[in-house]
Amino acid sequence: MRYLPHTNEDIASMLQAVGVKDLDALFSTVPEDCRLNGDLDLPGPLSEWELNHHMETLSSMMAVGPEYKVYIGAGSYEHFIPASVSYLLGRSEFVTSYTPYQPEMSQGTLQAIYEYQTLITRLLGMEVATASHYDGATALAESLLMAIRSTKRTKVAVSSLIHPLYRRVVRTYFEPTGYEVLELPYLKEGVTDLAGLKEINDLAAVAIQSPNFFGCIEELQETAQEAHDKGALFVVSFTEAIAYGLLKNPGGQGADIVCGEGQSLGIPRAFGGPGLGILASKKKFMRSLPGRLVGQTKDLDGKRGFVLTLATREQHIRREKATSNICTNNSLCALAAAMYMASLGGTGMRELACLNHDKTEYLKAELMGAGFRISFERPTFNEFVVKFPPSFEDTYNRLLEKGIVAGLPLAPYYPELADHYLLCVTEIISREDMDTLVREVKS
Amino acid sequence: MKELLGTKGLLLNEPLLWEKGKKGRRGFSLPPRDVGSFPVEKELAGEGPDFPDLSEIDVVRHYTRLSQWNFGVDTGMYPLGSCTMKYNPKTNEKQAGLPGLSGGHPLLPASLSQGGLRLMFELEKHLAEITGMDATTLQPAAGAHGDLTGMLLIHAFHKSKGAQRSKIIIPDTAHGTNPASAVLCGYKPVPVSSNEKGILSVEAISQVVDEDTAGIMITNPNTLGLFEENITEIARMVHSKGGLVYCDGANLNAVMGVVKMGEIGVDVMHLNLHKTFSTPHGGGGPGSGPVCVKNHLEPFLPAPRVVEEGGRYVLSEDYPESVGKVLAFYGNFGVMVKAYSYILSMGPENLKKASQLAVLNANYVKEKLKGTLHLPYDRPCMHECVFSDKYQMTNKVATLDMAKRLMDYGFHPPTVYFPLVVHGAIMVEPTETESMEDLDQFIEAFKAVAKEAQEDPDLLYEAPRNCKVRRLDETTAARKPCLAG
Repeated sequence: MRYLPHTNEDIASMLQAVGVKDLDALFSTVPEDCRLNGDLDLPGPLSEWELNHHMETLSSMMAVGPEYKVYIGAGSYEHFIPASVSYLLGRSEFVTSYTPYQPEMSQGTLQAIYEYQTLITRLLGMEVATASHYDGATALAESLLMAIRSTKRTKVAVSSLIHPLYRRVVRTYFEPTGYEVLELPYLKEGVTDLAGLKEINDLAAVAIQSPNFFGCIEELQETAQEAHDKGALFVVSFTEAIAYGLLKNPGGQGADIVCGEGQSLGIPRAFGGPGLGILASKKKFMRSLPGRLVGQTKDLDGKRGFVLTLATREQHIRREKATSNICTNNSLCALAAAMYMASLGGTGMRELACLNHDKTEYLKAELMGAGFRISFERPTFNEFVVKFPPSFEDTYNRLLEKGIVAGLPLAPYYPELADHYLLCVTEIISREDMDTLVREVKS
Repeated sequence: MKELLGTKGLLLNEPLLWEKGKKGRRGFSLPPRDVGSFPVEKELAGEGPDFPDLSEIDVVRHYTRLSQWNFGVDTGMYPLGSCTMKYNPKTNEKQAGLPGLSGGHPLLPASLSQGGLRLMFELEKHLAEITGMDATTLQPAAGAHGDLTGMLLIHAFHKSKGAQRSKIIIPDTAHGTNPASAVLCGYKPVPVSSNEKGILSVEAISQVVDEDTAGIMITNPNTLGLFEENITEIARMVHSKGGLVYCDGANLNAVMGVVKMGEIGVDVMHLNLHKTFSTPHGGGGPGSGPVCVKNHLEPFLPAPRVVEEGGRYVLSEDYPESVGKVLAFYGNFGVMVKAYSYILSMGPENLKKASQLAVLNANYVKEKLKGTLHLPYDRPCMHECVFSDKYQMTNKVATLDMAKRLMDYGFHPPTVYFPLVVHGAIMVEPTETESMEDLDQFIEAFKAVAKEAQEDPDLLYEAPRNCKVRRLDETTAARKPCLAG
C-alpha cells in the first residue's frame, strides 16, 4: 500500500528494537477479551484508477451546473470562484498543517487568519471577529449562548425569518440548558414582527437575520433600538455575506454580535458543508467570545508576528469553565474567504453585490410581468418569494426533467405558505437562463 | 548525524493585505452585466467594505509567500501527539473536487442527489463496522462537536427514561473538550485520577459512580497512549448504575481492526475523520466528527438521516425522539468524501496494518528515546508515547525549549504540556506514514537537542533561529489584544 512506507525488513528490525516477536505482540496490553476476532467487513482496497471510476460515478449522480440551472439559495449559494483562489487554497503548507499552536512554524496560517478577521470586521462593521466556527447555524447558537453569559439572563427572542434549519440547531443546543428560545412571528410585508417583544422579560438577546430567509432586508436600526431598550443584546444573523457589499452593514446599525454563514465567499457548496461560521462582536464582548482568535505581537527581535491569543477562554486551558467546547474549527474555509475577498477588493465586492441584486430584480420584474405574485413587498437582495398557482407542482417536476430547479418549496418550513417558492439568483445565472425560466413557468 | 534536515532558505517578507494594493486594481473576473440597473433604496445602501483592491498576481504572491512560512505534513514529520498527523493522500483531494461532489446543493430533491446520499449511507456503514457500533451520524463538524452530540444523545436517553442525571465522570487525562462539552449539556464533570500505570482502575470508578451518573467519557487508548485495560469492567459497573459509556475516539488510529469499541461496552463514540481517516487538518479545520452509537441510542441521533428505499436513497425526518440538528445541513460532506476515498483505497487489511504500524512506530520511538528523555510510564504504548523534561530540567531546560529547538532541526515539535498529569509532557505520535529512516532522523535530532541542553542551553533558549520569526511575545498579545488591523 503506497501510504505505508515500511518494508518487511524495516518491520523486522523495528520489532527487534522494540523487543517483540510480531505485529500482534505489540498489542499485549489489550486484554484478550477486548480483541477483535476476525476481519473487518469492508470493501476495497481499490487502486487509484478504480477509485477514480467509482467516485466519478457518484459525482455524475448529482445535479450541478452547467447542465442544471438551480434557483435555490436558502443558505447555500453558487458564486463564481476564481481559479487563483482554488489553486492557492490547495497549497499543501496551508492544507496539511495543524492548528497553529507553534506560532514560529505557522506564521502563514496566522497572518492569513489575522487578515481574515480584519476583512470580516470591515465587511460587517464590527470590531472583533473570531478565527471561524463550523457554520452559520452553530455560530448563531454560540452567539445566543454568549449573550446569555454576558447579560446573565435566561431568554432569547429569535425571528421566525431566521433560516429554519438554523433555528433547529439553536433549539438543539438550548434543549439541555433550560434557557428559553421564543420565536417572533413575521409581518405580511416579509419582515419580523417585533410587537411581542414588549411582553418578554429577562431577555438576553434579540436575533434577526438580514437579508432574512425570504430574502427581505430587515429594519436593523429599529430592532437594535427595541433590543437595547429591553437591556438585551442585538444579534444579527445572515446566510448571504455578499449582501454586505451593497447593504448597510449590521455594525453601523447597532448590532452587538453578528454571526452568519460565509460559504458565499469562495467556498463551494459541497452538498452543504464544510461552510464557514462567521462570528463578530463589539470589542467589549471580546473576552466572552467562543473559539480561536489570532492577535498581532512582536518576536524577540521586535519583528511583527502573530499568535493564537486569549486562550484562557478556551477548553484546552479552562476545560469545563471555557466559553465554548470548540477546538478544530473551519480555518481553511476562512482562508478561502480571505483569498476571495482579497481577489474582489472593495470595488469588486460592491460590483458583485450590485450584479446579484440587479439580476434578481430582473427576474422578479419578469415574473411579475408574467402574472405571478411576489409574496412579500419589502426590498430583497438575491432571493425572493413568489406564489405560483396551486397546480405548479407538476410544472416544477416537469422543469426538473429539463434541468431547471425552480426554487425551494416553502411549505415544509412554513406550512401556511403552500405554493410559495423561494427563488435565488446570483451572478452565474444569465439573462437568457432567466428568460427561459419565465417562459417555462408560464407554459 | 549526516546532514541536518533543517536549514536556512530564502523566505520573503510580505506585508499585510491592506498595506498593498491601489484603488482600481482587481483580481477577479466578473461575469458580464446582461441586465439593467435596479438601484437599491438609498436608506438601505451602505458604502461597501473597505477592502484593498489587488491584482491577481498581488494575491497569488501574497498567499504563496505566506504559505512558505508554514510547515505541514507534506513538508516533514509532524509528530503532534493526539492529532494523528498522518499523510493526507492527494487522490482524496481530487475526489472531493469532482464537480458533482463539490458543487451539489444540499436542498435539492433526493432524486437529484443520489451520489452524495449513497456516499453518506455507505460511509456511515463503514464507520459503524470499524467501531463495532450499530448506527452513525455524520452531522458533527469536528471532534468537540462530536463530543457535544454524544452528550446530547446521553441527555436525551436519560430524559426518555423519565429521570435526568447530573454527573459525567471524566478522567484527568481527558482532552479539554470533554468537560467543556459535558457542561454545555448541563452536566457536572466529576474528575477521576488514573492509577500508577497511567490507566483507570475499577476501584477509582467505583468510588464516584452512582445512580446520578449520566455516563463516563473515556478516551481509549488514552492520552498517555495507553490502552484502558479495565474498560470492560468499568463499562459493566457504569451500566449497572444505569449510566452510559462514551468513548472519545480521537485515538482510534491505534486500534482499527484490532479492537471494536462497540464490543467492549461502549455505547457511543465519536471519530475524527481529520485524524484517523487521513483528511487534512487545514491549519485548524474543517474536520468532521461522526458519532457512532449502539441500537439503544439510535432513535436519538440527529436528523435528517439517509435511508435506503429499494435501491434509492432519501433523507428521512421521521425520528420523533431525535435530538434535532447540530449543523445546518448534513455535516462536512467535503471531508466525508476524502475519508470515504481513504477507506476504499485502504481496504480492511491495510486499515489494520495502518494501526499496527502506527503502534510499531510509537514503540520504536519510545525505546530509542527513553534513555534520552524521561519516560514516566515505561510500558508498551499504543500509537503515541509521552515523555517529560525531568532529566533536562536539571539544566533548567524545559519542554518548550526543546520543542522550539526541534524546529531548527526541521521537525514540527510534538504536543507539549499535555496530558496535564505529566509535568512538562512531550507527547509523540509519529503515525504509520513515517518510514524508519524518517523516525531515525527524528530520534537523532532529539538526541542532539538533549545533548545541547546539557552542553549549551543557550542554543535552546534562543531557539528557533531558522523560522520566519523568533519566539513571540504571547503575554503582551493577550494583555493588549490586537485582533484586527
